[in-house]
Amino acid sequence: MTVGSAGIPAPGTPHVSTTRRTTGVVRRVVEVARAHEEGAWRWSARVAAVLPLAALVFALTVLVIKAFPAIKVNGIGFLSRSTWNPGSGYGTTVHSHGVAHPAGSSYGAWPLIAGTLQTSVIALVIAVPISIGGAFALTERLPGWISRPLGLALEVLAGIPSVVIGLWGLLTLGPILAHDVYPILGDHMPDVPVLDYFRNPVGSGEGLLTAGIVLALMIIPIVASTTRDLFTQVPPLPKEGGEALGMTDWEVANRVTIPWVRSGIIGATALGLGRAIGETMAVALITGSILGHTAANIYSPMSTIAATILSQLDGAQTDGTGFAVATLAELGLILAVMSVAVNVVARLIVARTSGLAAPVGRA
Amino acid sequence: MAVAAAPHHRRRALQLGFRLGTYLALLLVVGPAGWLLVSVVARAAPHWQWSVLWTQGHGTGGGLLNAIVGTLILMLGVFLIAGTIGVLAGIHLSELARPRRNGKPSGALLRTASDVLSGFPSIVLGYVGYVALVVGLHWGFSLLPALIILSIMVIPYIAKSTESALRQVPTNYREGAEALGMSTGYALRKVVLKTALPGIVTGLLLALAIASGETAPLIYTAGWTTQVPGGQLTGSHGFPYLTYPVFNFYDQANNSAHYLAFDAALLLVVLIALLLVASRIIVARTQRNSEGRR
Repeated sequence: MTVGSAGIPAPGTPHVSTTRRTTGVVRRVVEVARAHEEGAWRWSARVAAVLPLAALVFALTVLVIKAFPAIKVNGIGFLSRSTWNPGSGYGTTVHSHGVAHPAGSSYGAWPLIAGTLQTSVIALVIAVPISIGGAFALTERLPGWISRPLGLALEVLAGIPSVVIGLWGLLTLGPILAHDVYPILGDHMPDVPVLDYFRNPVGSGEGLLTAGIVLALMIIPIVASTTRDLFTQVPPLPKEGGEALGMTDWEVANRVTIPWVRSGIIGATALGLGRAIGETMAVALITGSILGHTAANIYSPMSTIAATILSQLDGAQTDGTGFAVATLAELGLILAVMSVAVNVVARLIVARTSGLAAPVGRA
Repeated sequence: MAVAAAPHHRRRALQLGFRLGTYLALLLVVGPAGWLLVSVVARAAPHWQWSVLWTQGHGTGGGLLNAIVGTLILMLGVFLIAGTIGVLAGIHLSELARPRRNGKPSGALLRTASDVLSGFPSIVLGYVGYVALVVGLHWGFSLLPALIILSIMVIPYIAKSTESALRQVPTNYREGAEALGMSTGYALRKVVLKTALPGIVTGLLLALAIASGETAPLIYTAGWTTQVPGGQLTGSHGFPYLTYPVFNFYDQANNSAHYLAFDAALLLVVLIALLLVASRIIVARTQRNSEGRR
């Protein structure tokens, strides 16, 4: 590389002055601007950095204010009840705890909380091993000319809109699963605890397991690409040392590579969990949207908190007392608390384990 | 040693299982992505007509011109609003926030808030936008509430990618700038930001890809209209965007609605692929230049 060809001035190149002759006023303005440039950067950046915090506080405040009447009426039983009855829109309005709501209205969030957790756990159980295995194949086994385009495919999958994935799950994947895969599972699963959830009836393909599988597809890119980046950061020496000791690939992966980045994998998993809990569009399309019941088996139609807020807000506006909209705010608050809690717990785990991540002393 | 104690055949079986398992996992990672793309194209291609690109929608038929224009306006708005705020926030977190006296990293509270916001469910943000902006401020379904909620969603993402792009700028660049007597602001603009620009732009492009594919925060803030959007920020009685037909037209009775849903899905995938390719090209060019500089 010759000096002077890539923007680096060769020694002895005369310095080109950029100072222009300006009138006094303009020069003065430029001087003032120069003098205050740092301050301008500092202040605008500080204001911008505070905005996410402000937005967060704003969103939570709106939710709490809006949900307050619903929290008073629905009580703590909201978390354990299974009913979802908006009451009669044409009937009388009754007051309880000083809050007006339609006669006969009774709301419970338990099936939705359970549905959110069930779909998310199914998604994690499917996505995490596949992501780690896939990331391992990408970084440790395949040559760059294969793994780079495959990595791009991963990015494309991450970028596909969730509503498109949901529509594909509903129209393409769901029917195939319901016709060709679920019946085999449903007929042959033994009648023992846990596995009996897989027994017939298998339904139409719109339900818990399909939603979990589609959610898994949506979080695989997150977990897999993070894990892939983590694996590439593991220094080669400890791995080569393991191989020199006669360890197999599996033993190197199990005892060196994965423990080295364990906290990162936990963080990536939590990220995926957060995404799965809050995911709306895909789940709304393929859960079958059944309110008021927990899933009877793993194929049953059900719903999640996010999908219910989406599907019910339109109809909730017909409740003249505003109670249905308030109840949805309470649901939103529960969902927000769940995803914030996942985020915080993940951070604590990562912070606690990161110091111990390396099984071999780092240089 | 535990390794030596394990029987030979068991180690071989584990090893074989592990290798097969990783390849199977890779197939399960990549296969669905390919299947999805193929089926999106396969559903749209048989009835594809170029005229959807310049025909306005009417009812659940017609074309997608209104939705395309709407999505492009939303992207431009997000680029301006979330781009400015997110990049500035990233600059604050990386460059300007003062280190704490107790040795903790600076800007911890703001960074945590940003992270929590990035994990905040998008439908809940959409609800907040509906209650506070659409109804509360009487803005109605229109561009401004949609833009604000969408920006809030992607600002943490842009801030994070900007911060990490800035952190990759070598410390000696900053020290060199200081040694030359540059003021902090001038050095930031001329040296640090210039070096980090490709990373920042890549983050912005990916944020735009996220924003253009979102539905949940828009359903109750933007609404929908078959009118091609004009310049109205509020009170326009609806604002169109490309993900709406995908979600709402697939189960309509008429075939033209189904076609529009699949066409819109294809357009979204193409749009996002273009953004991804653009960000890839930027990354590749930067890498080539930085290698050439050495």
